[in-house]
Amino acid sequence: MFESKTITWFRACRDNDLPSNGGACVRFGNEQIALFYFTRRNEWYATQNECPHRKQMALSRGMIGSAGSEPKVACPFHKKTFSLITGECLSGDECSIKTYPVKVDNGYVYIGIENE
Amino acid sequence: MKLVVIGNGMVGFKFCEKLVTADHNQKFQITVFGEESRPAYDRVHLSEYFAGKSAKALSLSDADWYDSNNIELHLGESIRSIDASAKTITSHRGIMTCYDYLVLATGSAAFIPSIPGIEKQGVFIYRTIEDLELITAWAKKSRTAAVIGGGLLGLEAAKAMLDLGINQTHIIEFAPGLMPKQIDDQGSALLQSKLEQLGFVIHTSKNTAEISGDGRITGLRFSDDSVIHVDMLVISAGIKPRDELAKTAGIATGPRRGIVVNEKLQTSDPAIFAIGECALHNGMIYGLAAPGYEMADVLVRNLLHQESASGISQNQEAEFTGFDMSTKLKLIGVDVASFGDPFAAGESVKTIRLQDTVRGVYKRINLSADGKQLIGGILVGDAEQYNMLLQTYKNKLVLPDDPSALILGTRSGPESAEAGLACLPDDALICSCESISKSDICGAVSELGCESVEAIKKCTKAGTGCGGCVPMIKDMMLHTMKANGRYVRNMICEHFACSRQELFDLVKIHSLKTFDEVLDALGKGDGCEICKPVVSSILASLWNEMILKKSNSTAQDSNDRFLANIQKGGTYSVVPRIPGGEITPDKLIVIGQIAKQYNLYTKITGGQRIDMFGAHLNDLPLIWSQLIAAGFESGHAYGKALRTVKSCVGSTWCRFGLHDSVSYAIRIEERYRGLRAPHKIKSAVSGCIRECAEAQSKDFGIIATEKGWNLYVCGNGGSKPQHALLLATDLDSETCIRYIDRFLMFYIRTADPLARTATWLNKMEGGIDYLRNVVVNDSLGMAEIWEKEMQLLVDSYACEWKEAIENPEIRKRFSHFINAPEEKDPTVHFENLRDQKKARDWK
Ligand code: SRM
Ligand SMILES: Cc1cc2nc3c(=O)[nH]c(=O)nc-3n(C[C@H](O)[C@H](O)[C@H](O)COP(=O)(O)OP(=O)(O)OC[C@H]3O[C@@H](n4cnc5c(N)ncnc54)[C@H](O)[C@@H]3O)c2cc1C
Ligand code: SF4
Ligand code: FES
Repeated sequence: MFESKTITWFRACRDNDLPSNGGACVRFGNEQIALFYFTRRNEWYATQNECPHRKQMALSRGMIGSAGSEPKVACPFHKKTFSLITGECLSGDECSIKTYPVKVDNGYVYIGIENE
Repeated sequence: MKLVVIGNGMVGFKFCEKLVTADHNQKFQITVFGEESRPAYDRVHLSEYFAGKSAKALSLSDADWYDSNNIELHLGESIRSIDASAKTITSHRGIMTCYDYLVLATGSAAFIPSIPGIEKQGVFIYRTIEDLELITAWAKKSRTAAVIGGGLLGLEAAKAMLDLGINQTHIIEFAPGLMPKQIDDQGSALLQSKLEQLGFVIHTSKNTAEISGDGRITGLRFSDDSVIHVDMLVISAGIKPRDELAKTAGIATGPRRGIVVNEKLQTSDPAIFAIGECALHNGMIYGLAAPGYEMADVLVRNLLHQESASGISQNQEAEFTGFDMSTKLKLIGVDVASFGDPFAAGESVKTIRLQDTVRGVYKRINLSADGKQLIGGILVGDAEQYNMLLQTYKNKLVLPDDPSALILGTRSGPESAEAGLACLPDDALICSCESISKSDICGAVSELGCESVEAIKKCTKAGTGCGGCVPMIKDMMLHTMKANGRYVRNMICEHFACSRQELFDLVKIHSLKTFDEVLDALGKGDGCEICKPVVSSILASLWNEMILKKSNSTAQDSNDRFLANIQKGGTYSVVPRIPGGEITPDKLIVIGQIAKQYNLYTKITGGQRIDMFGAHLNDLPLIWSQLIAAGFESGHAYGKALRTVKSCVGSTWCRFGLHDSVSYAIRIEERYRGLRAPHKIKSAVSGCIRECAEAQSKDFGIIATEKGWNLYVCGNGGSKPQHALLLATDLDSETCIRYIDRFLMFYIRTADPLARTATWLNKMEGGIDYLRNVVVNDSLGMAEIWEKEMQLLVDSYACEWKEAIENPEIRKRFSHFINAPEEKDPTVHFENLRDQKKARDWK
């Protein structure tokens, strides 16, 4: 069986809107997406903004960094960390977060939303 | 081979987990029946549900774990009968299943004493998530509660009542003292007084005669005819092994319940086994998770051994020979632990008792007649030595000549702890929840290169159960690294292989000004949430530049990044500086007006100032513009920086005041405002020795004397309060400030990240005498430099909120949505409370 998924790219902001090595929250309809510009690695990441630990809309305000080569974000509330690539919780908890593809084109940042 | 497990509780689950991992050839086809509607969850941490942990987080596995391990799981299916001769079982829905091996892991149920009225509404037991849901719902409309049972579980239930916001909770115990199975009279008397301080009402030697109320509980009547009125009751008076199924199938059970098993966990029917709380081994029911896990382990090994065709098995036969029942209570606020035989007495036993009524500590250790071996003991009020004592007892380590050292001075510290670790045998069980031994941990460090507690947790599972062994794992790891000749540096994190002090000096020598410069020059990788705040703090202490400048903003701890404390729900608090606690009526009015305009909750803080809570990120710059226009400044409540300098009213009004403590407090606060340090710093000035400003609990505190000021240092409130120590006496105002300058610069330069001054001093060789030598006698010859450096910091102070609102680039960051800057976070919600608002509770 084939599953076909199409990705809709949604324009989030300009590439210089984000603080370097930091994040910001993007509104997409009623959803909140945390967008990160990892300037040191010249990489962009997007995840859900809600931290699954206590359901706080806060990941975009978290600190980013790396564990080994894995880029991660730490929630400002209780410093649980999540991989920016897989969304897996790196602090030993069962929870994980959703991640989204990101692309930058012509000065704009786009977040990819999968169509069901 | 078809294997059926009845019961999907903690032990049943652990059994499955161990079996699928060890059963490489997939000899066993596993079917599990569980009566509860959810897959196995962590009952041990059940109480955290009240403190906000979700049912999902308590689950022991992912939803698809059973599927992906080929385990057939039937939930909500209660097994009603076993036909041992036909080897079949039947569920309440009539589903019949056959087995080759049957494992009973039916656990236990709460023991319910037969008290008239027990069926009334508002009476609960405390065992499953459903019980918790019922309790939570009922607690919403209750103000008072009672818990029957003053043992481990009863006290946990009582703590849960506190978490649920019940105003008054009665604890009712039949025995003359609390936790009668674990601690002696002296211990329970102390425990009782501690719990009373927490607000519990305790009734011992009480027999409940009746639960009163018309359909719904209104109170309890005791056999001595006394009564109490309560809105709800939780019964937590012991457990009753669930052996009913085994009994009707003709399997041997004990006279006082429990399914009889032998060392192989086999019941009277050779194809049927029992493990966990339902199993009666050698006359004992083990009401804890760890012994159940051990049983699961033994059974897995034996089953695999039995099934290995040729008998050439890697799985040795194993026996369950009993389990140590030492326990530590997980109640917050009160440490209680007991291990081995806590009550041992008689001629062949020597007992050492330590009672410190000032600190509220009681410790008892029981030794063999020759004083060489530890038999058991009790700790109440301070259980810091529990892990080490437990290990000493379990591994029969020979005691030092003066065994009282084991429970005396905790400050004697690291060296003796290290020596203790080295003595432990390799098979010493460090984490009993996951049965991980010393050699497993050392192996993870030496062979698998785990050099952080997180890494050890991931690779061995040690410390992932109750978590009580985590400090010991850390010590064990450091000890192993040292023993391996790994130079254990006091490393900040994986990105900086040096201590904070080394980094501080290097940053200074190289004049580095931003996080990226520091990382490029002195570290590796991309940084993380540990090193970023450390480096930011060093940069601020050295150069005192606006912290959000030069792309340093995202290297700040997130409170610093938004110059405010983040709160439940994602709003922030606003705390303007009110030096010395002195404020004019006009300024009070401004605070009131602003709080009203932005709908903020206001509260007088414990630091003599006013906190406004619940501000939206977007509103922060607007609020601060108004505050600054009215002459306020940032209070740095969010920073690891100077917080408050409290004052008492002093000689201007007080009939005892020796000097003007308010003026001096304001001078001190204005001098050190904005000063960033390894941790926050607090101070106070009292006008006389009556000490109304509580200066002796501060990082530095000043008390007026007839001749000048006494300077105290390194006090701490918080979870481990410690009185400040006298550094110098009868100082004039100028000298006192010079000493404080030196003291603070010494601390800022040398302390570890997040070490308050008290912790810093505790680790300092030579203690207060050394510190006095450095600060007062200038033994390091640094005094002049430090005073100069401090003066530079004082001169370069600027209010960072003022700079933030004036700088459009920084101001822009105070919006929730980057693509809708005007909109506030729509998920923020408040509730009403006493004419103000509060943050909505988290799930
Ligand atoms: C607001 C206040 C409670 C109050 O309503 O009175 C408060 C609130 C917080 N305290 Fe405190 N503390 C407050 C006075 C105290 C005091 C009393 C004092 O200062 O006289 C103490 C004990 C004294 C001491 O520090 O030695 C105190 C000991 C702590 C500690 C434990 C520190 C320790 O060394 O163990 C923490 C945790 C930490 O800093 O790591 C903490 C942390 C916190 C945090 C910042 C928790 C956090 O990280 O979010 C709270 C911020 C709430 C918020 O959202 O704004 N708070 N806190 C008080 C603010 C005082 C002020 O005006 O700045
Ligand atoms: C509030 C609380 C706090 C605790 N704190 C601690 C602690 O700090 N440390 C500690 O070590 N222990 C603690 N315990 C005890 C620990 O939870 C138990 O020792 C452990 O859960 C026992 O596991 P078990 O699998 O034997 O039983 P359980 O976890 O009770 O599982 C048995 C399961 O079998 C099911 N079952 C029973 N009969 C049938 C049937 N006929 N058909 C189908 N299913 C059936 C039951 O519904 C249940 O789900 C605590 C317990 C409670 C309630
Ligand atoms: S004691 Fe301090 S940290 Fe704890 S809840 Fe109160 S304000 Fe928060
Ligand atoms: S809410 Fe994110 S770590 Fe707790």
